Amino acid sequence: MKQAKIGPWIAIAMGTLYFVVPRFGTSEFSLRMRRGQYSFDAYRVVLDDPRFQATFGYSTVLALATIVVGVLLVVPTAYWVQLRLPRLRPVVEFITLLPLVIPAIVIVFGYLRIYGSSSLLPMTTNERATDVLLMFSYVMLSLPYMYRAVDTGIRAIDVATLTEAAESLGARWPTILFKVILPNVRSAVLSGAFLTFATVIGEFTMTSLLDRPAFGPYLQLMGQDRAYEPSALAIISFAITWACLGLMQLLGRPVEKSSAATIVEAK
Amino acid sequence: MGFLELAGVRKTFGANSVVRNFDLSVSRGEFVSFLGPSGCGKTTTLRMIAGFEVPSAGQIRIKERDVTNLRPNQRNVGMVFQSYALFPNMTVAENVGFGLKVSKKPTGEIGRRVEEMLRLIKLPQLGGRYPSQLSGGQQQRVALARALAIKPQVLLLDEPLSALDAKIRVSLREEIRAVQRELGITTIYVTHDQEEALSISDRIVVMNEGRIEQIGAPFEIYNYPRTRFVASFVGTLNIFDRRILDAAAGAFDVDGQRILTGNGIAGAQVGEIRSLALRPEAVALGGGEGDRNLMRGTIEEVSFLGAVVRIRVRFKEATISLDTFNNPAAPPPARGEPVTVRFARSDLLVLEPQAES
Repeated sequence: MKQAKIGPWIAIAMGTLYFVVPRFGTSEFSLRMRRGQYSFDAYRVVLDDPRFQATFGYSTVLALATIVVGVLLVVPTAYWVQLRLPRLRPVVEFITLLPLVIPAIVIVFGYLRIYGSSSLLPMTTNERATDVLLMFSYVMLSLPYMYRAVDTGIRAIDVATLTEAAESLGARWPTILFKVILPNVRSAVLSGAFLTFATVIGEFTMTSLLDRPAFGPYLQLMGQDRAYEPSALAIISFAITWACLGLMQLLGRPVEKSSAATIVEAK
Repeated sequence: MGFLELAGVRKTFGANSVVRNFDLSVSRGEFVSFLGPSGCGKTTTLRMIAGFEVPSAGQIRIKERDVTNLRPNQRNVGMVFQSYALFPNMTVAENVGFGLKVSKKPTGEIGRRVEEMLRLIKLPQLGGRYPSQLSGGQQQRVALARALAIKPQVLLLDEPLSALDAKIRVSLREEIRAVQRELGITTIYVTHDQEEALSISDRIVVMNEGRIEQIGAPFEIYNYPRTRFVASFVGTLNIFDRRILDAAAGAFDVDGQRILTGNGIAGAQVGEIRSLALRPEAVALGGGEGDRNLMRGTIEEVSFLGAVVRIRVRFKEATISLDTFNNPAAPPPARGEPVTVRFARSDLLVLEPQAES
């Protein structure tokens, strides 16, 4: 009996060590910039660096744009598949999983061929157009996370009946989608959004090959030239990811605005 | 011409015919129930009226306007669903006001109408609650208020009480009927519960396998079922198939005993088999005078049901169940005891031969 209880604890302890020790080592090292004492100097250097602010700001804006476009693309798709085209579900799922199978470098070379300077749509010749191209590539990269999250949320509610109820009350498709369906898959959309944010904020391959000043290449550049600052950046990146996960938990809870939740059967 | 008209409406899904030649005319303010077992086509017919299904053939008219091919949001038809279908992200007041907001009514008007509807369903204090904070009965009342708020031409209710417990079901069906009467709204109510249909409807449409079996007032449906299906589906009935002895006199042979119906059987031949139906409450123990049918048999089973005692009497092959009120002063007969039962000729119904599929 005791042996049966010890086994899981050993597994938990090993798992904890596996995850905690490297992070502890990294954070401890990031505090040793000042000789002989712990300090936040590495963090101060990183946060004061104008390139950090510029690249992080750029990636944040692009991540937010990616989330907006991703939601506008994925929510109606998942809704339509659930409501009218359930037979297409395996096909759509397969398509959304492709970014996990095809390496980002292959995709970005495809982009360079299709949208390069000699193509009919030379998006890479203009910075703003490249930003748009990068944003769409992020939408594609985050598709597996966004689609799965939203699809799970949509399957958890009675989409067909809610749609019919709204329709019988005179609502048209945009109203049904944005006033009825979207708010009811809010937590699923938020999960997808935060996973998208975490994916986009540190993305390197596509950003680097499309030559845009984003946070991913900055992380890589700092890693090449500095000792303590990369560790500080790694911890900052972890903190951002954890914050996203925390927000997912916090904002993903169902909203009960009234505290008087007593169920009373009226006479 | 009726307020709501269905003319030759059919619905097929591939080779499967779900609704066949459905003709119905509903008057303004009438409460009509579609009654039938699962898969009989009642919900599909309702959904065609709502616009969620397009008929394969036929026409649907509301107030003489052809709505057959209109979208649900163009019909001004209110719908109440079995699963309530309240919007979980909206409060009760927001749910009730949704249809008015969609039609861009002024905020003040929406507020007044929502208040009026919440008073109508006797939940004026719960406007700020979310659906998850309400009981099933309250949710269904809110769904009713939401459907009524838009002042629909026709109110459709799709088994609205099925998900509720028995006590709430009875009180809520009375409330639905009271609200319908108060507003005078034309209503179609789908149910598989015969008691529900009998208790609240002006007329009942009994359906089976996509066809209308019988249309009539509850009294008519219960007392004078025309087909074997209606007879067996609505209430408890003794049904037995027997040979005609004399078509003009309406005489049948039941295990060597001759019984008579109230009238002759038009168009029938001697020796033909017909289905006879007899309500248990129309049969009594003991002989009697007058033009009653008398049959002699043996008590086979006595079931004490509280206020009612159900007794099964066996003849040779046939059995008849009869209901008698519980009388503490006169205990029911014992099993195996020979008895005579009596019933009026007019209570013995001859059912129409079953239609070909």
